[in-house]
Amino acid sequence: MFDHSGTEARLGAASPVMEEKTVEKLDRVVVRFAGDSGDGMQLTGSRFTDATAVVGNDLATLPDFPAEIRAPAGTPHGVSAFQIHFASRDILTPGDSPNVLVAMNPAALITQVGSLDKGGTVIVNEDGFTDHNLRKAGYTTNPLEDGSLDDYQVFRVPMTSMTVRATEHIEGISSKDAARCKNLFALGLVSWMYGRPTEPSVHWIERKFADKPQLRDANLAAFRAGYNFGETAELLAVHYEVEPAPAPPGTYRNINGTQALACGLIAASVQSGLQLFYASYPITPASELLHALSRYRRLGVRTVQGEDEIAAANMSLGASFAGHLGVTATSGPGMDLKAETIGLAVALELPLVVIDVQRAGPSTGMPTKTEAADLLMALYGRHGESPLPVVAPRTPADCFDMAIEAARIAITHRTPVILLSDTFLANSSEPWRLPDVSSLPTIDPNFATDPSGFFPYARDEHLARPWAVPGTPGLRHRIGGLEKEDVTGNISYDPANHDHMTRLRAERVERVAVPDIEVDDPDGDASLLVVGWGSSYGAIQGAARRVRRERGVKVATAHIRHLYPLPGNTGEVLRSYERVLVPEMNLGQLVKVLRAEFLVDLESYTKIDGLPILTRDMMEQILTRVSSSNGGGR
Amino acid sequence: MKRNGHSSNGGDVLKLTKADFSSDQETRWCPGCGDYAVLAAVQSFMPELGIPPDRIVFVTGIGCAGRFVYYMDTYGMHGIHGRAPALATGVASSRPDLSVWVVTGDGDALSIGGNHLIHALRRNVQLKILLFNNQIYGLTKGQYSPTSEEGKVTKSTPFGSQDHPFNPVSLALGAEATFVARTVDTDKPHMAETLRAAAAHDGAAFVEIYQNCNVFNDGAFDALRAKGQKELNQIRLEHGRAIRFGADGERGVARGPDGRLRLVDVADVGKDALLVHDAHRQEPSLAFELAHLSARPTGPTPIGVFRSVSRPVYGQELAVELEEARSKVGPEELEKVLHAGETWTVS
Repeated sequence: MFDHSGTEARLGAASPVMEEKTVEKLDRVVVRFAGDSGDGMQLTGSRFTDATAVVGNDLATLPDFPAEIRAPAGTPHGVSAFQIHFASRDILTPGDSPNVLVAMNPAALITQVGSLDKGGTVIVNEDGFTDHNLRKAGYTTNPLEDGSLDDYQVFRVPMTSMTVRATEHIEGISSKDAARCKNLFALGLVSWMYGRPTEPSVHWIERKFADKPQLRDANLAAFRAGYNFGETAELLAVHYEVEPAPAPPGTYRNINGTQALACGLIAASVQSGLQLFYASYPITPASELLHALSRYRRLGVRTVQGEDEIAAANMSLGASFAGHLGVTATSGPGMDLKAETIGLAVALELPLVVIDVQRAGPSTGMPTKTEAADLLMALYGRHGESPLPVVAPRTPADCFDMAIEAARIAITHRTPVILLSDTFLANSSEPWRLPDVSSLPTIDPNFATDPSGFFPYARDEHLARPWAVPGTPGLRHRIGGLEKEDVTGNISYDPANHDHMTRLRAERVERVAVPDIEVDDPDGDASLLVVGWGSSYGAIQGAARRVRRERGVKVATAHIRHLYPLPGNTGEVLRSYERVLVPEMNLGQLVKVLRAEFLVDLESYTKIDGLPILTRDMMEQILTRVSSSNGGGR
Repeated sequence: MKRNGHSSNGGDVLKLTKADFSSDQETRWCPGCGDYAVLAAVQSFMPELGIPPDRIVFVTGIGCAGRFVYYMDTYGMHGIHGRAPALATGVASSRPDLSVWVVTGDGDALSIGGNHLIHALRRNVQLKILLFNNQIYGLTKGQYSPTSEEGKVTKSTPFGSQDHPFNPVSLALGAEATFVARTVDTDKPHMAETLRAAAAHDGAAFVEIYQNCNVFNDGAFDALRAKGQKELNQIRLEHGRAIRFGADGERGVARGPDGRLRLVDVADVGKDALLVHDAHRQEPSLAFELAHLSARPTGPTPIGVFRSVSRPVYGQELAVELEEARSKVGPEELEKVLHAGETWTVS
């Protein structure tokens, strides 16, 4: 056990004698780690997440970092945060507001404390609260002393100095290097508070710093010091237990939306037998997918960093023409640039998967903040009649399934497909029950090989044209963006042909088979239906479960993962409820589409603040429409 | 997949003719357009490659030159304005078994698509890029282009263009192209020779073709095309040979006392003083000097291969490796990818 004797006086604890600490059971907890972007808060959060997964809690996480790589240290612009929600039952979101805030400096406190529930716990690194740092954060008086935190339970822990002292015995470690380990102290302390096992973090540190024994020892010492401090100091009288959440049997891993998309694209490549050709241009937050896929060369994955967004789209389309699974990804502004190429893919009728990790716009907007306002662009954002299928995953793990689905549609139907993810899905993580690989769908590229009767724009039962890859003997043909004569593919300006081809291209996409919407209406007699799309799934489901459980309210939910073509039962589902609410992280895009398509009266709830929709927001929206007294029944 | 060697197939010689490369589509350029001459020259040259047309891909952008793809009986892709080099990069870098050709124009390659051109050249993608330079926008009916001369009066510049034009050869050299050449649309033997050298080059080959637009910019290259002038003005670059030109080789290129290249009368300086062309020199300064020997193609102007050097080709070996890697990947490897990192089991 580490000796804390040097710290007791400042903490006001009379003696280091360990007393039996109280254990309190909780069913769910939200912790937010916040510090300077150089403080290693993302690392602290992800290590805590792994330890939490091992305990068997259900969990969801959300990193929140600034757009600036290293904003001036100590300023509110440079604050980086990581939130984790973990529970003894199935949960769906990273939590609305934290119960516990760990603030490494005044800037972290000033920017984050407002989101904390009253009565919540604040653990501050007291050493970070220097006059200089207070001024940089914008405090005129010290919040630790001026009573402004009276609504919270505040614990002042001199993390930096305790970390430095804990590492004193390690030779060759400068005090600057030692101080940088303070995030591991914080990790140790919070791990103790919630009874997280130490082994995953210890093993991780040992692996990570295997080549740097001094740093390894310093980080281990800091982690253990934090853990032991929780156990021995009287400062924290209670620690908590969150029991494992019941989950279906299987092997699980924690995964964020970016990793899930990468796995899904690789799976689509394996299941179709096509080499994955992925080209993109650096852009936040989609770059992470380029980084993730670039590591899989050994699986035959080709990644290219194009000279611009347009080049990336064209390279992928060229690779598709050459017989590969062409994929390009970007975020909002990049979609504007790719639009013309996507239109070309519509005319060429070649497979192309386009991933848009949506972020707050317009223009550069807020690159690291989430939004789901590219739906109308995905559906309609090209000149001329240029329909294409659009899909949207609903959770981080669902990104895996929808990546395969996008590739399946693209390959089978010879069409570009847009997959709409968003910043929240990309960064947020949740436990994922790993699928049985043998249960994944196989995708048949069905290349044309027979020269007899070959025409580049002949049609199969899906109205899809043959995919005749260069190098195939006897199938030489020319395709392009100019209007083509039906069947032969020769250039044609014939009016009747253009009318025919335009309708054919539309019908081809409409014929893509998509599964029906599933409605979750436990008693089957709710009067209000909440219809969502994309990453709002967690908040909608979470809110519906809570109002049912806590208020006895009846509410039905449905989530649309295929935005075009829409599921066949969409109209029927919308018409079966007295009231239908459509929450969106935009100014009402899906609601506009549904009203236009089905001529139904729908209510819209919109939120566009760069943050995910909260469960609390959704509960309020449901409760204002359904009173619990009548149970909300029809 | 087999690597593409741009040479004839040894013993098993393919018997191909111009007709094998001519599609059934009716050509629709203006009568008298220089593009006809280029098309005929390319179709006549293609059999020499000994590559079956099934393994040849033409990729084009927008503009009169963009239509080229429809007239070649090969695989072909007619893309959007300026993006042909990027589309073709996707094809060539993933399929080393194919011979990939880009046909583009001065507006397509140097204005809207300038970025893709320079990046394809610096990457040294296995592409043969033919730039039809007519110094005008033809398909959109006569606006000035990035190679039009200053003061050019067109529909969009009624008071004369104020833009300084690009010198395409100089631009390609600046982009670190490994092969840079220039030829003239109606000079069939010189074009065949230039295409042969481009096809034999491993990597990106850039060929500027002076092409007459007889409707919107007639006579722009008369100095190098017209009988009676071309004999005086074509400076033919040949590797390892003294640079001489004129009807009887009476003129030449020599380095002056100030270190700069100048046009000289051979009789004045003596033939030993003439500059000997070296297309294989790694550093590009000589090629640059030759590119700037004439400001505009209105007087003595070099044609032929300015530069031909060797540098690793973009992505082709990788493509072979990746295809081999992919062919071995099955459910077990996929399972490993999915199970990466920390996992836990619920029973």
